[in-house]
Amino acid sequence: MAHTERRDAPGLPDFSLLKRLARDQLIFLLEQLPGKKDLFIDADLMSPLDRIANVTILKQHEVDKLYKVELKPIVSSSDQLCFLIRPRIQTVKWISDLVNSDKVAGRFRRYKIIFTPQKFYACETVLEEQGVYGDVTTDEWNFYILPLDDDILSLELPEFFRDNFLEGDQRWVTTAGSALHLLQSVYGSFSKVYGIGRCAKMVYESWRELMEEGEQRTRQPEFAKVFLIDRDVDFVTPLCSQVVYEGLVDDIFRIKCGSVEFGPDVTSSDKSIKVMLNSQDKVFDEIRNEHFSNVFGFLSQKAKNLQTAYDKRRGMDIQQMKAFVADELKGLKQEHRLLSLHIGASESMMKKKTKQDFQELLKTEHSLLEGFEIRECITHIEEHINRQVSMIDSLRLLCLLSITENGLLSKDYKSLKAQYLQSYGIEHLLTFANLRQLGLLEEQQAGETLTVMESKVGKLVTDKTVGKLTDAFSSLAKKSNFRALSKRLALVPKSGEEYDLRVPRDMAYVFSGAYIPLSCKLIEQVMERDGWTGLEEVARMLNGQEFAVTGGCSSSEARNKTDAQRIVLVMFLGGCTYSEISALQFLGKERGCRFIVVTTAITNSARLLEALLDNGASV
Amino acid sequence: MAFVTANWNPLGEAFYRKIELYEMGWNLKDGLRECLVAAAPYGGPISLLKGHNRRSPSARPQLEIYSSSGLPLASFPWKSGVVKQLGWTVSDDLLCVQEDGTVLVYDLLGGFKRHFSMGNEVSQSQVLETKIFHSPYGTGVAILTGALRFTLATNIDDIKLRRLPEVPGLQGAPSCWAVLTQDRQSKVLLANGSHLFILDNTACTPVTPPGLSPQASSIVHMCDSFSYKYLALLTDSGHVWMGTSNLKEKLSEVDTKIKTPPKQMAWCRRPKSQQPSAVVMWDGLLIVVGECKETIQYHLDDDSILVPELDGVRIISGTHHELLQEVPGACEEIFKIASMAPGALLLEAHKEYEKESQKADEYLREIKEQSLLSEAVRQCVEAAGHEHEPETQKTLLRAASFGKCFLSNFPPEQFVSMCRDLRVLNAVRDYTVGIPLTHTQFKQMTVQVLIDRLVYRKLYPLAIEICRYLKTPEYQGVSRVLKHWACYKVQQKEESDEVIAKAVSVKLADAAGISYSEIATKAYESGRTELAIKLLEFEPRSGEQVPLLLKIKKSPLALSKAIESGDTDLVYTVVMYLKNELNRGDFFMMLRNQPVALSLYKQFCKHQEQDTLKDLFNQDDDHEELGNLYVKASYKEQRLEARIALLQSAVDEYYKAKNEFSAKTTEDEMRLLRFQRELEEKKGELLVGFSLHDTMTTLLSVGLHKQAEQLYKDFRVPDKRFWWLKLKSLAEKEDWEELEKFGKSKKSPIGYLPFVEVCIKHHNKYEAKKYVSKVTPEQKVKAHLAVGDMEGAAEAAIERRNESEISTVLSRCSATTDHLLMERLNRAKATAVKK
Repeated sequence: MAHTERRDAPGLPDFSLLKRLARDQLIFLLEQLPGKKDLFIDADLMSPLDRIANVTILKQHEVDKLYKVELKPIVSSSDQLCFLIRPRIQTVKWISDLVNSDKVAGRFRRYKIIFTPQKFYACETVLEEQGVYGDVTTDEWNFYILPLDDDILSLELPEFFRDNFLEGDQRWVTTAGSALHLLQSVYGSFSKVYGIGRCAKMVYESWRELMEEGEQRTRQPEFAKVFLIDRDVDFVTPLCSQVVYEGLVDDIFRIKCGSVEFGPDVTSSDKSIKVMLNSQDKVFDEIRNEHFSNVFGFLSQKAKNLQTAYDKRRGMDIQQMKAFVADELKGLKQEHRLLSLHIGASESMMKKKTKQDFQELLKTEHSLLEGFEIRECITHIEEHINRQVSMIDSLRLLCLLSITENGLLSKDYKSLKAQYLQSYGIEHLLTFANLRQLGLLEEQQAGETLTVMESKVGKLVTDKTVGKLTDAFSSLAKKSNFRALSKRLALVPKSGEEYDLRVPRDMAYVFSGAYIPLSCKLIEQVMERDGWTGLEEVARMLNGQEFAVTGGCSSSEARNKTDAQRIVLVMFLGGCTYSEISALQFLGKERGCRFIVVTTAITNSARLLEALLDNGASV
Repeated sequence: MAFVTANWNPLGEAFYRKIELYEMGWNLKDGLRECLVAAAPYGGPISLLKGHNRRSPSARPQLEIYSSSGLPLASFPWKSGVVKQLGWTVSDDLLCVQEDGTVLVYDLLGGFKRHFSMGNEVSQSQVLETKIFHSPYGTGVAILTGALRFTLATNIDDIKLRRLPEVPGLQGAPSCWAVLTQDRQSKVLLANGSHLFILDNTACTPVTPPGLSPQASSIVHMCDSFSYKYLALLTDSGHVWMGTSNLKEKLSEVDTKIKTPPKQMAWCRRPKSQQPSAVVMWDGLLIVVGECKETIQYHLDDDSILVPELDGVRIISGTHHELLQEVPGACEEIFKIASMAPGALLLEAHKEYEKESQKADEYLREIKEQSLLSEAVRQCVEAAGHEHEPETQKTLLRAASFGKCFLSNFPPEQFVSMCRDLRVLNAVRDYTVGIPLTHTQFKQMTVQVLIDRLVYRKLYPLAIEICRYLKTPEYQGVSRVLKHWACYKVQQKEESDEVIAKAVSVKLADAAGISYSEIATKAYESGRTELAIKLLEFEPRSGEQVPLLLKIKKSPLALSKAIESGDTDLVYTVVMYLKNELNRGDFFMMLRNQPVALSLYKQFCKHQEQDTLKDLFNQDDDHEELGNLYVKASYKEQRLEARIALLQSAVDEYYKAKNEFSAKTTEDEMRLLRFQRELEEKKGELLVGFSLHDTMTTLLSVGLHKQAEQLYKDFRVPDKRFWWLKLKSLAEKEDWEELEKFGKSKKSPIGYLPFVEVCIKHHNKYEAKKYVSKVTPEQKVKAHLAVGDMEGAAEAAIERRNESEISTVLSRCSATTDHLLMERLNRAKATAVKK
């Protein structure tokens, strides 16, 4: 480990309790429909469910067969059907059709829908409109939080991002509020809450309401502070290529619900292997937050150590050998297996990433972040599009360009867009409309007036005072002030300085020393100042909506410097990346505190942009 | 204290006592004569209907309701049909069963609540007799019709009428009958002469009570106990048979020696008592029968009625209200003459102690020697509970308290809770309240129910006092009472909205768990919409506010409240409600002013009603979105013509939105689609739906160069793209000759490095080398490296004197083979750095 942990780092609360709670409730709900039943599960609930209650447990509670919800006609001979789904209109419609077709066929079955984490009125309306409200019983499984690791909690709601930020549908706000309420009721209240963003504010409000309704419990809090942050406060970070090991694994192999499937090229056999990636995996735990360039060195050192450990066998007498086999061999074998997997993965990544394309991609990204040689970047992006290198990567670069440059010049915008459409089809007109709405990809317009949409959303900011720092287009709320922010918060280290990635000196190491994640920097600053004092300018550039509230427990308790006071809960609304988590871990080690990340889902550039596509496939 | 036993009468092993509860406050001219009377159990209210048999319309009978102490609660002339029976429900509502089977329900202050019918059959053949009974399921009504059939409803709050089977051989009305609750079912037991039958849902079964004395030729009266466990039968020979109500066991049989039919009979048995006992009443005479041959006889001066209770019988006459019960064990132990029970000794000890006599110590020693002091205390506490006179209660409690002093670890709960209970009981027994509950009854009915009863009587202050005194949790106690109070308050028509709203908010301000919406609902129901809105302002939970606002047709307010709450689900509720309630135009107008609601509704429409979405955009003149909508629809469409038509609509919309770029692009797409189809038909290549780039790739890969060129020109494809495309596809086919020709056709807009790279990618070093010389100086090193020409790379790097390039080459050299080259490079690097 390159950076050593401070010895006084606080311990973490035990989050496995949340799993137990969820499992008990699920079992209770399943028991509500006694007898054998077939269970249909939403595809994206499969992995989370597996982490809570595996097939054996489900079978114990009389689940006969398990199916994935595919929105197609079903083949099930069971008389009792149970559906475990997210509250989505589409799925409910499908169930209604199913019930109705059974009715036509004169078939009698019992149906139960378990919505998780909660049911929505709109779903019940669909049941009513389809005339099956009386035939179906509904229930809620309040499964709000899945602990992915000791310090990573996920709501597993990838759609939060699109629904909330693009569609303006705030249905998940209460869900996030309830999740916080759950944490609070299990682990104690918080002394202080900070946040930035519209959604963050709403989540806080919803949480506060729950707090007021419920009974107050006075117990020793297990976290000190909470920080709520909207994803749209910082789009730059998730759009950058990840170079920290865990992030890279996510970018290339896609980590799903804390586990990843390594294909044959990694396992060097003909099978794929599914691996859980968390702190239980000792090898992984040591490299997850490392810059990729260090990983190989570390792994080979580890291999040598392992060999030495194996070599101990030589010259042992029988007694010692017996002890060795009993105590150490199993651990070594396990370590060996994991080590070879991670070496395989690193090799496979190395192959992909040392290619010239990737190097140039990184170079372009870094230039964009620095605001340097923009023309060349545009040329590179153009080539990228023209060669049809990657649909998502091209889009990603376009967005980065737009955010860092405060929108594209009209000429560039039109030509790049036209070229993109030629490469990937006209459907992406809609993608571009979405990106524009989110402020991810914009066209600079002379004498820009507010568009209809934006005036409706009412995010108008009256900030004549900002004029000094921002240019003429600052009247647009969505507009990004990346350049100014970057200067003020010193996000981009001065170029030319050598950055030793082996001994990181700040959070910039997660992007090869080129950029400190804005989101994490913001958290650092607010924690340092214990509020937004002195950050007013920054907050204004981020469209305001910042807040800091002294929370549930009294100040005397807060002054009580327990371990808990140094645990900070950070909630990302709209997803966070592994790089951000790594950066926060680094920050925690520097400051002797611990960060617990709660996120609506783990995201990365690909997931973020795929959520905004509007091509035929996603509708 | 000697007179405590003055009103005791022995019967067998036990004693019975008659206690006066109240001197009735009413002033009845004729007593209870010719009145229809009903008194609710648990010290409930009494209702009287005078002159109910008179049928002349001119003289309307008067319905009067009194408390147990005879204070008037309500009085009004009876205007409906002929009443056959009065009765009370478990929640203190008055039931009036009319001749035609209609049952009218009043609250205990005479307010009409509702009515229901006992069925057609009953109304046709008229009601002959009625019994109102209580079961675990609520209050029930049983009716014997003129056709001699029984109709039964077990719970009047959830009416399911049951018509019981016919009784064989029944000619006239049965001599007597009763409703039993057995096996979770209500059954009728009836006597026809000496024959007994049980009627249940399905059958009529003849039964015989075991050991019924043979002299009897007819059963003239029957009654079951409060708990439905026991049954008493009175025969024409004057025998009272007592047994279990399942008729399996006989408990005793006593001869009253009176052969005239009685007016009323009731069980009078304490729970856990050893002796079964019943009370039979004739004109002017009351007899208590038990296990032994003897009976107790009381003379009655006045017409009376019996009200069976859990632990005794209340006797109400025109002037008095008395309780007849078996003397509870603890009282008997203590007060029985010459009793040596520990409680009695403790009481004596305490008396001596008050007299400052040393005898106190003697008595105490006597108890302590038998180590029965804690038993003594317990007896005193328990006995205090059963006494009605506060003085006696005090004496007993003082004795208990005295005894407690000599015990080290006696648990105080029993004593403390008894003191509290008695304080409450004495308060509600008060003449002005008039609820003569015994301690046993109070424990059975629970505090909650007692509070409810006080609330029914609108005795809010007393109810709140009791809640506070007993420290009932606010939510169940004070808050609940206040809510009832407020619900009552809002119905007071004479006060203005402002005054009431203010009064309510002031009183309820600091009470926890108050639901303002419930109060507002009440206000709305009594026609005070404005007041309801005012009250809703106090409701902190939007989830409660919104539904009521919708109900009272304040939908805009409901919508903005829902949005304020941030609860999407609530917004949905309102939106969906409005959608059904308003016409489309108004609905859209309302949404327009509420962007949150609008975007939610759009989400819903996206999945459920695409056409509505179109209408929405149309109304807003949002042509951009309409265009997008058409584009989206277009790629769901399979048929090409339809697809193009949709795209055309999109083009129109984009033009209207002044978005020329999108319009042009869409037009291009239409052209492309037509082109693709044409080609598909001609060449059989699958093309429709491909992007321009993919189309060209496909064309080039199958050798349709001319067509690809045409697209290149028609769609103004940038040169660079075309070159990339062609380069790739030629290399893909390994058509090196054509590639060379292409490379020479004109100067490459993408340079020649890609040529080198693409050849290497297809493992053709030979071809690659051809292009190295054409590469621009900046890319020379890369090109040389790509083909593996270290010398060339080194040459180029040195020539350019570029440090980083030299380093790159160096890193690629291997120490063994390129030794000389490395030396040269290192030298060049040194000079480059110097410069």
